[in-house]
Amino acid sequence: MGADVVVLDYGSGNLRSAVRAMERAGADVTLTADFDTALEAKGLVVPGVGAFAACMQGLRAVRGDRVIGRRLAGGRPVLGICVGMQILFETGIEHGVTTDGCGEWPGTVERIEADIVPHMGWNTVEVPTGSTLFDGIEDERFYFVHSYGVRHWELDDTHPSMPARVTWTSYGGDRFVAAAENGPLSATQFHPEKSGDAGAALLRNWVTSLS
Amino acid sequence: MSLAVRVIPCLDVDAGRVVKGVNFVDLRDAGDPVEMARVYDVEGADELTFLDITASSDARATTFEVVSETAEQVFIPLTVGGGVRSVDDVDRLLRAGADKVGVNTAALQRPELIAEIAQRFGNQVLVLSVDARRAADQPSGFEVTTHGGRTSAGRDAIAWVRTATELGIGEVLLNSMDADGTRDGFDLEMIRAARAVTHVPLIASGGAGTPAHFCEAVDAGADALLAASVFHFGVLTIGQVKDALRAAGHVVR
Repeated sequence: MGADVVVLDYGSGNLRSAVRAMERAGADVTLTADFDTALEAKGLVVPGVGAFAACMQGLRAVRGDRVIGRRLAGGRPVLGICVGMQILFETGIEHGVTTDGCGEWPGTVERIEADIVPHMGWNTVEVPTGSTLFDGIEDERFYFVHSYGVRHWELDDTHPSMPARVTWTSYGGDRFVAAAENGPLSATQFHPEKSGDAGAALLRNWVTSLS
Repeated sequence: MSLAVRVIPCLDVDAGRVVKGVNFVDLRDAGDPVEMARVYDVEGADELTFLDITASSDARATTFEVVSETAEQVFIPLTVGGGVRSVDDVDRLLRAGADKVGVNTAALQRPELIAEIAQRFGNQVLVLSVDARRAADQPSGFEVTTHGGRTSAGRDAIAWVRTATELGIGEVLLNSMDADGTRDGFDLEMIRAARAVTHVPLIASGGAGTPAHFCEAVDAGADALLAASVFHFGVLTIGQVKDALRAAGHVVR
């Protein structure tokens, strides 16, 4: 038996790949929106595709924002993926409309400034020292597909008791957060479940850190 | 470093089986899309595309099974196109395990479908598939076709790419019906014309025959390159294509 992990099921999209990728990484996976099950799991994965506002609406409908908050208060690990990372920030701005996120991290999700958007495909990342997620896979490429990103990491990352480790990526002259690790809260802008062996290694690193 | 040029093999799937002559020597079952997907994944494919050419709606259930099985075994992005007519079709394919969905004829007939899909799932799931050919009577010199290139849609292909971009697509798959199957190279003029009118990623398709052809298409403005027969028949490997791209100064995975 591996660590038990819940993939939060809110709204539509491709969740099958996330479930299978977590299983491949050694987790016992449950796909559910049940509050208590999500609260109790050793690890919680928050996927997410589509628009920030629609995702927040879906998340709130299953009280996902509360589950995330309560888990973090108890030091229990949460991993956000793609829009599941974006909604952890304070606000999202899409088509001029500002939407409140979960606010676990300060910062704004805004449109990428590049000639060709979405940022779609395999890109490299700049990994800080001490990263758990990227241990042994610092030089790999990961699969991104998004039009919005976090340009400025606003959390005071000099705080010695709870250091944030922020991984960046560059595209078309812009630069944004590719991943962040901050105590029990981790997140990736790219899709580890779609990033082949490198993505599998990252998920294994996270699952291993749960036990 | 920067974003890698994507190389994408395309499999035609009919009632759950790969068709259009696949000629891999070391496959147990060359007609099995899942097996083929696994081979291409190992060879370094950056994404996979399934084109569902199943004619009868009864047999389309097998498509969902194939997508599910593939998504459970292959951990790179999977696009599925062919016969997608509604938001519900998209939902079913995404739930089955597709990451992106290709839309072609249905969007031509009812362009608002693009906005409907984009609003529900985000524009990143929506690949506009354009089968285009040269046509002197269109302003750009290219027209859209349907039914595998047999029928003219009576519409300017480049204007359609521009309109669809405004409606909210995430990507364009531009397939040259003139070049398709010739192995004489991509239609570079068509790629340049489409590149000039859209800010979404552009996948070039049709005409690949040599590694140099792939490099030319990137130089013309393609972000990704799709091919079928040259890979299926073993004329080229994905590795050879990537070596050529790298040698020409392009970034590959």
